[in-house]
Amino acid sequence: MSLRVEVRHDRPSLDMRLELPEGAITSVVGPSGSGKTSTLRLVAGLWTPAAGLVAFGGETWFASASGVNLPPRARSIGVVPQRYALFPHLTACENVEASLLHLPRAGRTPRAKAALARAHVSGLDGRYPHELSGGQQQRVAVARAIAREPRVLLLDEPFSSVDRSTRKHLYGELKLLHAELGCTVMLVTHDLDEAALLSSHLCLIRRGRLVQAGSTQDVLARPASAEAARLLDYGNVFRASVVSHDRARRLSLLDWNGVRLVAPLDDRVGPGQPVDWAVSHAEVRPADAAGQRPGDNIVPATVRDIVTLGDDVHLRLAPDHLPALTLHMKVSRHVAHHRHLSAASPLRVRLTPSALVTMAPSEDGDAGGRPHE
Amino acid sequence: MEWDAIRLSLSLAGWTLAILMPLGVVLGRWLATARFAGRHWAEGLLALPLVLPPTVLGYYLLVAMGGASSVGRWFQAATGTTLAFSFPGLVVASLLFNLPFAVQPIQRAIEAIDPDVREAAVCCGMTSWQTLLRVELPLAWPGILSAAVLTFAHTLGEFGVVLMVGGNIPGETRTVALAIYDRAQSFDAGAAGSMSLLLLVVSFVTIAVSYGLGSRLPGTRRRR
Repeated sequence: MSLRVEVRHDRPSLDMRLELPEGAITSVVGPSGSGKTSTLRLVAGLWTPAAGLVAFGGETWFASASGVNLPPRARSIGVVPQRYALFPHLTACENVEASLLHLPRAGRTPRAKAALARAHVSGLDGRYPHELSGGQQQRVAVARAIAREPRVLLLDEPFSSVDRSTRKHLYGELKLLHAELGCTVMLVTHDLDEAALLSSHLCLIRRGRLVQAGSTQDVLARPASAEAARLLDYGNVFRASVVSHDRARRLSLLDWNGVRLVAPLDDRVGPGQPVDWAVSHAEVRPADAAGQRPGDNIVPATVRDIVTLGDDVHLRLAPDHLPALTLHMKVSRHVAHHRHLSAASPLRVRLTPSALVTMAPSEDGDAGGRPHE
Repeated sequence: MEWDAIRLSLSLAGWTLAILMPLGVVLGRWLATARFAGRHWAEGLLALPLVLPPTVLGYYLLVAMGGASSVGRWFQAATGTTLAFSFPGLVVASLLFNLPFAVQPIQRAIEAIDPDVREAAVCCGMTSWQTLLRVELPLAWPGILSAAVLTFAHTLGEFGVVLMVGGNIPGETRTVALAIYDRAQSFDAGAAGSMSLLLLVVSFVTIAVSYGLGSRLPGTRRRR
């Protein structure tokens, strides 16, 4: 049993198939315009594509082939819209009661109050939305969504309108609520950190297509393509070729335009064949910094420019063997100061083999030795 | 003071409001939410009474209601009286010339409702009818009130169409606006003046009360 979603449409251009495990929180992550919200609206019954399927637990909610298209009220869903969309003329309690019109009048208020308590917003029953903070509005929206006890909870960027500290509280509350309810959650977000914190499964989408899906841990640690690596903010995605595989030591040797790199074993690509590889900008470190181990990959480079953002210092480097490319690196302000890093200075960087991720080369040659910009 | 004419005007305004407000909500909601080809033609047709000279509109209505038209013949066969130069004919004319005054404010008010809020109602399991009653009408209430006030005031003051369609039959189609005109033509300044003053006061009080109510209604809370 899972939530199956298939969609094919021209405008917006969507062509993908998703499967969200039952009872899990699955994040649908992608940049703006990738089709995340359209997919959520399809599941909710708010949008009808040219062709597709939405099925959950043996029920078909939408099937273009057979002409089935249940209205939202006939689907077991709860929706938390991006800006909450609370009814401005109703109090918090009345907002939740508005989702319980199928119950006798007398039963609505106790059930609404219970939902508000579950969403940690008791005591504000009589307040109107404009009298609530962003976090409180979000909790009321969650209470309204769960009051009908839906089997599928759809969250559309639910944390985008609250400040950072409130967001952290809300993350915890959502996890607790999910543990309590056990419903299937589809979380639409463009925030990878949020997805990593909250979801056990991840669907990475871009331009209406599924780029990669799987457990959050797997997807984050092992992007399947250069495109996925870029979406996962690896920062550095390049093309090399396989020299050899050392199965005994579980390593692969790569040739990056003359520089030899050691990476974890990936024998899907044979020697002599091109391969894409990626490394996070946080895993690119000064070569003589503490922690260097024998076998680390060393790349001589020149600092192109430096930008300080809070406690982090972002550097763009030109590898000496491929000066047209850009290697992105992030170090702490302390390290940058200690190492006297400055623009135009030479810098040898090390890449720990275990931090390198190799991927089958993309068909369009997208990685093509070009830097990730 | 012609109390018959005043009563008839108020009765005409009451009937117009009673019929036009539900119709205005249906049409206003349809125009606010439906997307269809030729929508601007429908909106243009609806707004026509705003720009047409009242005599032109009155003439066409007179032709449409007269004994030579199928509508006029059907009405006469059904009721035994003519539609033109009768109170029911006046109500029909009033409905038509007030259509833009009733529909447009309601349409704008419903258009102003956040589409996300309307979708949230649907996701809460509400039917279209429940969404209208519980979400759209309470939020569009200031627009509906404006529509009612405009319709009421416009009906009391309409002259040209009423004269063309209803003639000026005392007790049947002679409204207060026609009575004021008649009295002024007869140099009865006292009666014309007192009826004009009454119309002025009623119109002013109605609009002022509607503004007062509008600022206190639940639908306006979100703008605070």
